[in-house]
Amino acid sequence: MIEFENVGLRYGMGPEVLSDLTFDIAPRSFQFLTGPSGAGKTSLIRLLFLSLKPTRGLIRVFGRDTARVGRGELPALRRRIGVVFQDFRLLDHLTTYENVALPLRVAGQEEASYRADVVDLLDWVGLGERMHAMPPVLSGGEKQRAAIARALITRPEILLADEPTGNVDPPLAKRLLRLFVELNRLGTSVLIATHDLALMEQFDARRIVLAERRIEIYE
Amino acid sequence: MATGGEKKRRPSDRTAPRVEAAKRVVRAAAQVRRRARGGEAGRAIVPPQTVAGRALVSVVAIMCFLACLAVGALSVVREAAHDWQVDISREATIQIKPIGTTGMEMRLARALSLARETSGVRSARLVDERESTALLEPWLGQGLDLSSLPVPRLVVVELEDPASADLSGLRAKLAQEVEGAMLDDHAVWAARLRTMAGGVVLVGVGVVVLVLAAMVLSIVFATRAAMAGNRDVIEVLHFVGAEDPFIAREFRRHFVVLGLEGGSVGGAAALALFGLGDLLLRSGRGDPLGDQAQALFGGFSIGWSGFFGVIAIVALVTALTGITSRATVLGHLKRLE
Ligand SMILES: Nc1ncnc2c1ncn2[C@@H]1O[C@H](COP(=O)(O)OP(=O)(O)OP(=O)(O)O)[C@@H](O)[C@H]1O
Ligand SMILES: [Mg+2]
Repeated sequence: MIEFENVGLRYGMGPEVLSDLTFDIAPRSFQFLTGPSGAGKTSLIRLLFLSLKPTRGLIRVFGRDTARVGRGELPALRRRIGVVFQDFRLLDHLTTYENVALPLRVAGQEEASYRADVVDLLDWVGLGERMHAMPPVLSGGEKQRAAIARALITRPEILLADEPTGNVDPPLAKRLLRLFVELNRLGTSVLIATHDLALMEQFDARRIVLAERRIEIYE
Repeated sequence: MATGGEKKRRPSDRTAPRVEAAKRVVRAAAQVRRRARGGEAGRAIVPPQTVAGRALVSVVAIMCFLACLAVGALSVVREAAHDWQVDISREATIQIKPIGTTGMEMRLARALSLARETSGVRSARLVDERESTALLEPWLGQGLDLSSLPVPRLVVVELEDPASADLSGLRAKLAQEVEGAMLDDHAVWAARLRTMAGGVVLVGVGVVVLVLAAMVLSIVFATRAAMAGNRDVIEVLHFVGAEDPFIAREFRRHFVVLGLEGGSVGGAAALALFGLGDLLLRSGRGDPLGDQAQALFGGFSIGWSGFFGVIAIVALVTALTGITSRATVLGHLKRLE
């Protein structure tokens, strides 16, 4: 469902951050993306959801060559991809509930049609009580869970999570991982960027390791 | 100068509906404002405090006020010009030049009866010597004995209907039968008046267009500033799959409210000013200055056309704020890539 062919990326005139990436992400697959800090995990995720264009190589997302995707088609493609950002990217002036509901609102759905789903999901990630709180008063872990809920609410075909357990204690990390695994069972491809070895040991899955600008894949 | 009685309605008849309409506008604004703030549709995605509110409302209010003044002035001038035109084209004048020292009275009588016989003429009246003296007084001074001067005499012909009166027939007969007579149907004056009124209208429309253009530009700047202040929000919206029109709508709703607010304030101020002018003029009736203004403009009142002009300007200002902010957002988003 996502294919990379000899993809290279550089920021501006700088050196290549990623070189010669060739791999694919299959439907219903589960993988960890790992590597040292600064290896390019976040950059790779941005390539995956079309927020960055590769400087060379070919990326195909849902069968579409991203170089040929026009501005007008981006929203439709992005709605099929859920992203959890390393820095959450929640809107500070909206409540947790409103943040999580944002993708649905943006898609033009009526609040009455999704209210129950959003509340259910918030309960599921343990934020039922904090529904009306604004992100600035949430703890790091609570923000993280709000960001995860926002990525999941549209039932995306693929979930990209950048350090989704970076701010939570091990029991909660374990619970969130179970959530991702469950999601994967229901048919969503999952890619989790992390350098948390303990987390990866809890679930046996494909590992994409970034090092020295290149990738190695351990099936 | 007869301005016609239909304009002299009691003030309360005229102001009551306006006050009602103004109240309705204020209520509608409050409702739109509540919506933009959130409520049923959910909280605004673009935080209201990031949109340069007060400053923009002031600019819009001032611009709208100026545009309304221009429209009001236009309406006053147009109505006055129209009244003058009707008045002067409803009359014609026969001028009879003195020839020698005698025969003037006979020629005057002949001209008078010819005029009365013409179809479409309501009445004809001789301007007597006293009246002529009064007319000339400002130029020639007081205590004048006209009989010693070769001053032409006038017959004022009042027409039933300027369009159907047989003025050319009258002109031909006068040329034949009354020596030294000249018929002036005031067409030159009417044409001049039309040209002048047209010129004033053109200038007024130009002023309105310029003022609105300046307003549109300030909305463009305010929208750009709001977008710059909300770069993060726009980015997140893109990430969750928002289409450009959705984002434009989120910005526009703030600007429409600001536009409606500023427009209403400016329009209300303009109406208040018109009302005040009207009131002053009414209370000033009787003293010379008031009478003069009254004679010129037939009352300072902007009339219903002016009132609706102001409402139309407010609506236009609101629509322009919406359209401008939307277009600015869409243009800016397109250039983001
Ligand atoms: N916008 C940018 N402009 C220039 N350089 C950038 C930009 N974003 C990232 N980089 C550089 O690209 C490299 C990869 O960064 P990236 O954020 O992808 O690493 P990461 O693997 O996600 O790190 P971490 O584990 O700390 O999150 C880094 O050297 C970083 O300095
Ligand atoms: Mg990162």
